[in-house]
Amino acid sequence: MNEDECGGGNVKFHERLIEIILFLCALTAIFGLVLITYFIFREGVPIMFKYGIKKFLLGTTWAPLRYEYGIFPMIIGTILTTLGALILGVPIGVGCAVYLAEIANEKFAKIVKPAIELLAGIPSVIYGLYGLTVIVPFIKKVFNNQGFSILAGSIILAIMILPTIVNISESAIKAVPSTYKEGSLGLGSSHWQAIYRVIVPSAKSGITASVVLGMSRAIGETMAIIMVLGNTAIIPQSILSPARTLTGNIGIEMGYASAEHQKALFATGVVLFIFIMILNIIANMIYNRAGENK
Amino acid sequence: MKDDMEHKNSIASTKRAEKFAFGIIKFCGIITIIILVAIIGKILINGIPHLSWDFLTKEPENMGREGGIFSVIITTIYLTLFSIIIAGPIGVCAAIFLTEYAKEGIILKTIRFGTESLAGVPSIIFGLFGYVFFVVALNLKYSIVSGGLTLTLMIIPTIIRTSEEAIKAVPVSYREGSLALGATKWQTIYKVVIPAAMPGIMTGIILGIGRVIGETAAVIFTAGSSLGLPESIWRPGRTMAVHLYILASEGLSQGNTYATATVLIITVLIINLIANKLMKKLSKA
Repeated sequence: MNEDECGGGNVKFHERLIEIILFLCALTAIFGLVLITYFIFREGVPIMFKYGIKKFLLGTTWAPLRYEYGIFPMIIGTILTTLGALILGVPIGVGCAVYLAEIANEKFAKIVKPAIELLAGIPSVIYGLYGLTVIVPFIKKVFNNQGFSILAGSIILAIMILPTIVNISESAIKAVPSTYKEGSLGLGSSHWQAIYRVIVPSAKSGITASVVLGMSRAIGETMAIIMVLGNTAIIPQSILSPARTLTGNIGIEMGYASAEHQKALFATGVVLFIFIMILNIIANMIYNRAGENK
Repeated sequence: MKDDMEHKNSIASTKRAEKFAFGIIKFCGIITIIILVAIIGKILINGIPHLSWDFLTKEPENMGREGGIFSVIITTIYLTLFSIIIAGPIGVCAAIFLTEYAKEGIILKTIRFGTESLAGVPSIIFGLFGYVFFVVALNLKYSIVSGGLTLTLMIIPTIIRTSEEAIKAVPVSYREGSLALGATKWQTIYKVVIPAAMPGIMTGIILGIGRVIGETAAVIFTAGSSLGLPESIWRPGRTMAVHLYILASEGLSQGNTYATATVLIITVLIINLIANKLMKKLSKA
């Protein structure tokens, strides 16, 4: 009896220990996030204050050799390439999601779905290489400019955010109760009318979340965008001008920057990080609310 | 009579509108395949002629202009193994905790938020962090260890998420059966739940491998980009993706650029194929 109890206690202790270990593992992600935030801010924030936050964010000259750290051109570059990517990518992505969820027969869906998974799996350097060797020369030929441009970046980013938009939108559309569609069809609407009047509006939150997430992907992309954008740190004049993004600013100069210059790159990282965190939180909030409504 | 005509007309125009709209939507579906084929085709057509056994087994020469990519392949394998060995168990354990132990509440919410947010952090930020924390603060220098630990953090969310789904999909009756036979909670998880969820867990790990192999921004500032075989995990190295980036952006050698891209893309294709097969196996079970 006594021994048995001892054994029982041992098992209990053992089980408890395992639970604690598992708990610690579950904390790694949040621990990592805290570490990342702390170190990026610790490196980047002091120089922002030293240089002046307003001058840093709205300054139009980025010339580290002359201790000028205005990242406004990069903010504009990021916004324009991302907008371009959304304009090109969102209609195609949502269209593809509607196609997969509502129209495609099983045979065709079986080809399109893995294709989208593969697009998500292709490394960004490969997209960059494709942009560099196909899209940039194409733009150069058509518009007779240098080829490296916001347009080239937007096209590549549009392709890269497709999987995010398609996957999340598709599951949002599929989550719309079939009674909605049946009701609409029963009232005499055509399938298409049911899709754009009833089904897509009902899936609005999920689709919006997919767009916001796609946007955050586009803003965070580095390697592919460096390879096609031209990377001049001046405010672009048109979508055919070269530009530099926040990520590009870090990616290009981090290799050789030192001292204050390097800190200024971390400060660029702080701005980027805040941008992306806000977008991700918004996307999560929209997505979770959509989940609760159903 | 007139009303009837109008009615018929409106039906016809509705049908036309539908046909037109469906045409556009179908095109959206097809264009994804066209893009995929165009990209993969371009790389393979230009790369395969330059592939050879020598390319895979010879050292890069003259900054990668000539020679092969042997050390680059080895570095990629080192880095992948290193990060998976650490991220795999941690991710799976985290998923077990979240599905089997955690109770709804503030702790669970915080962990979920942390995992989701970490998944959204762009790779260049991981690169900056890995550089300032592992390379500089912990003085691990540019090394496989610095790169591997950075990538570990990067892929943990993927592994957690996929494993969680796999574990959740294991029927409750499995657990009840095992518990009824007198097994403890952990024994049940270890002997019954995990084996049943294995295909899903492996899918997450394989997707993680895919991300490590394709990653550039987070690796270049942590594992470095020096050519040559790393003598140990404490030494720097250059992965395939980084090698490709340097070759392409410096325009060093067309042939070797495409050949490297081909090796990279074939690896990624194989990885996706395996993940896909496992996923199918899981959904059948």
